Amino acid sequence: MSDILLQIDGREVTVREGATILEAAQSMGISIPTLCHHEKLEPYGGCRVCSVEVDSRGRTSVVAACLHPVEQDLVVRTRTKKLERIRKSLLEMMLAHAPDSEALQELAQEYGADKARFEKDASFCIHCGLCVRYCAEVKKKNALGFIDRGARKEICFIPEIASRECWDCKECFPLCPTSALQAAFVLSKALIAPPEDEKPACCASSSSCACSHGTLP
Amino acid sequence: MPRINSTAELETVRTDILSTRDPNKPCITLCSGSACQATHCKKVAAALELELEKQGLTDKVHVRKTGCHGFCEKGPILVLYPEGICYLQVKAEDVPEIISETLIGKKIVERLVYVDPTTGEKAVHEHDIPFYKNQERLVLGLNTKIDPKSIEDYLAVGGYQALGKVLSSMAPEQVINEVKAASLRGRGGGGFPAGIKWEAARNAPGETKYVIVNCDEGDPGAYMDRSLMEGNPFCVLEGLLIGAYAIGAHEGYIYVRQEYPLAVENVTSAIRRAEECGLLGKNILGSGFDFIIKVHQGAGAFVCGEETALIRSLEGKVGEPKARPPYPAVRGLWDKPTNINNVETWANIPLVINKGAAAFTSIGTEGSKGTKIFSLVGKVNNTGLVEVPMGVTLRDIVYKIGGGIPDGKKFKAVQTGGPAGGCMPESLLDMAVDFDQLTKAGSMMGSGGMIVLDEETCMVDFARYFLGFLADESCGKCVPCREGVKQMLTILTRITKGKGKEGDIELLEELAEVAGSSALCALGKGAPNPVLSTLRHFRDEYEAHINQGKCPSYSCKDLISYYIDPDKCQACTSCFRKCPAEAIEGGKNLIHVVIQDKCTKCGSCLEACPVKFGAVKKLSGEPIPSPLPQEARTIVRKSKQS
Amino acid sequence: MDIEKIDQIIDKHQCEAGSLIQILLDIQSENHWLPREALDRVSEKLHVPMSKIQHITTFYKSFSMVPRGRHEVHVCMGTACHVRGAQRVLDTVQDQIGIKAGETDVELKFSLETVNCIGCCALGPVMVVDGEYHGNIAPSQIENVLKNYE
Repeated sequence: MSDILLQIDGREVTVREGATILEAAQSMGISIPTLCHHEKLEPYGGCRVCSVEVDSRGRTSVVAACLHPVEQDLVVRTRTKKLERIRKSLLEMMLAHAPDSEALQELAQEYGADKARFEKDASFCIHCGLCVRYCAEVKKKNALGFIDRGARKEICFIPEIASRECWDCKECFPLCPTSALQAAFVLSKALIAPPEDEKPACCASSSSCACSHGTLP
Repeated sequence: MPRINSTAELETVRTDILSTRDPNKPCITLCSGSACQATHCKKVAAALELELEKQGLTDKVHVRKTGCHGFCEKGPILVLYPEGICYLQVKAEDVPEIISETLIGKKIVERLVYVDPTTGEKAVHEHDIPFYKNQERLVLGLNTKIDPKSIEDYLAVGGYQALGKVLSSMAPEQVINEVKAASLRGRGGGGFPAGIKWEAARNAPGETKYVIVNCDEGDPGAYMDRSLMEGNPFCVLEGLLIGAYAIGAHEGYIYVRQEYPLAVENVTSAIRRAEECGLLGKNILGSGFDFIIKVHQGAGAFVCGEETALIRSLEGKVGEPKARPPYPAVRGLWDKPTNINNVETWANIPLVINKGAAAFTSIGTEGSKGTKIFSLVGKVNNTGLVEVPMGVTLRDIVYKIGGGIPDGKKFKAVQTGGPAGGCMPESLLDMAVDFDQLTKAGSMMGSGGMIVLDEETCMVDFARYFLGFLADESCGKCVPCREGVKQMLTILTRITKGKGKEGDIELLEELAEVAGSSALCALGKGAPNPVLSTLRHFRDEYEAHINQGKCPSYSCKDLISYYIDPDKCQACTSCFRKCPAEAIEGGKNLIHVVIQDKCTKCGSCLEACPVKFGAVKKLSGEPIPSPLPQEARTIVRKSKQS
Repeated sequence: MDIEKIDQIIDKHQCEAGSLIQILLDIQSENHWLPREALDRVSEKLHVPMSKIQHITTFYKSFSMVPRGRHEVHVCMGTACHVRGAQRVLDTVQDQIGIKAGETDVELKFSLETVNCIGCCALGPVMVVDGEYHGNIAPSQIENVLKNYE
């Protein structure tokens, strides 16, 4: 594996072949905002918040830093007026779904995004995919997935698998930037009842048990 | 037909086939592509067989059901050879007359021949019809000569000659060099030089490689690939085989959109025939080269026309595009080097090999060589498939070949490039059509859909239509497309409903930048184009909608009203009877009046009003005159002289 | 749906993961919709998680997870058809059958779908019923076409 020399924000860096622009930037202490990225998961390229400008072979284009592989002599700019406009708009579109999301609000402050720019959408989910991907790649349980496409896309639990796996797991819950996941779980609770023999004794004897099992963390 | 084991044997078989075919034996071809099936060519076919039997001519006349001839507006099309007499819009009832008058009597059935809509001139022979005469049908032309189910027909017209030449006398690198020298650019939309793509796949490390035919053809309004695949599947197979040999692939896939069942059927049957003859499978023509092909159907997703999404679909996954680099040539299907090209690109390969790069490059423009097949549709007289050399002007295509705009309406624009494309207004009609010129004009070649629009097309609604299409087809993975397209659609819908606001155009332009720059794939990146292109050339229409509440094309339902001019109404009651919403007040000798709050804007009254009265009209952006008071509505007729 | 029939279809495609969509298309074609048992069987035999199968059956428009009518009506909404009045054709069909695109009527007689281009662009607007094409269709002709179907 050879070493690749590239330039990010005017500074040169050498990284191994196969690294992404995001990895290269991180190695230099240059911060590129991300939302759908997680070090335990395959890079996704869904939120596009990590968009950067690259000059390659005489052409300039905008690419996702989390996915784009480093190239010899690549010139990268991580923050330009254009990128600021793009990130602001992306955040505003996501804030229309989840105006109270802490992760979104933090970035919104930095880029001057207005959470009321677009009309509020009924669904909190911003499709970062962290929950689905974590369950598939790390837990390998596939207890939830996506359905449909486009703006109609939703996350959906598979009741039979979720009832077996989710009650004792919920590792994906902290990953959700907007609480859409928790909401989806609560809404599906009727379908995802834990198997009878695994219900804690207090829940098994009373359907209105006030214990913390089966409630949001 | 027995298995063909060498190039020499191939030529022997070809000679044998030709020797059994008498070029003077009458042959009746009937276009049997999907479009002609929609106009009931099957009934014509049945009538033909019946009549020939009745006349005892079944053995003396060959009937050939071919693929699409291209002149779809005038189907079903029947051509009598060897004379080339072309009959249009043939019905089953016409068949006995055609047989007795033309086949037997050698006389023309005048009412079935082509009549030029402007000059009134008739054209009896296929090659005299302006629609065909002005084309250069190097690729599509063979459709009229072959039955797609017959490999013998394909061999008879020179099929597989290119393959024979390649396998017997050309090394893979030579083939690639020839395709590079021909400067064949991808015909699917990207326009990327095919030879360079092939070379990248050939040079990519790895033993296992794949080649793919992209027959997803999702652009609405485009059906060139359908016609090629239905009408001449062997040509595509031959091109694919040549490409596979050049790249070093032994397995190929043909991805056909599920909405094209006849194409699936015909290519599957062609593969079987080719396998039977040894033109697919092991040791093809004794060259030692093995190659097999599998057919996969799409499942109703436009995004699967994008090469990385198509590859995902072949892997049994959802059609979510993948970031590039790495490009499919290096890591494609199952992470192996893969070369994917459009149907028309593959169909050009036998031509490139047979004619040679030098001859191929003698056609076309500096940057775009060869011909391109366009589907000329919409508000144009001669709708159908048009194949012309690159560099022909839009004006020639729309007027010389297309016959101009029907019903005396005025040309407004031509849209090319599908949902990622743009419009060309009248001022650009003299543009030479090629890849680079179209891109410069703010549109793109795309797959070849060419949609003609007239004065009645609202350009804002047209942009809205495309955004609606894309919103439905977006895979939903990335924010700029999933959310951006939705927001652009919301704004455009509001504008067409008369609820446009100050700042809407600027917001559209902002969203266009976000999606156009940061989307994951070409669907999202191209999504702003219909908006940007219509804003560039028809900004006044947007402004009229937003600032004046007016639709200048009198098309957007929420911005138009139907009004009966009291000075012209003759109380014929046609509109009154046709109105499905009982929204017209009227009766004998009473001037008719539209009740605006009941009117559903269906337009039936306008259609019903006799042309000589022309009393119904559409209003937009102006106040509707108050209806005449009841007392004033009686029409006093001039008394007739007895 | 018969488990044997499902297995037959899976085996026809050599149980390959890449053929998942082709297998589902064959099941859809055979049964007119995809019952849950069929998906469970496919998931089991092809070792593909149900979450992925569910995404596929809802992502691609060809699949239906609910029973469809005896007759499938498709109205093409491609650009050429749109420009020639496809919306009016769709509105008329919706009125006459009494359902919206994507729905099936109560008697399970008709299912109505829009299609984003079937490639008969020169003959727009086009309506397809059970694979039979009706080109250049005017709203006034629709009733006559539909009444032929039981």
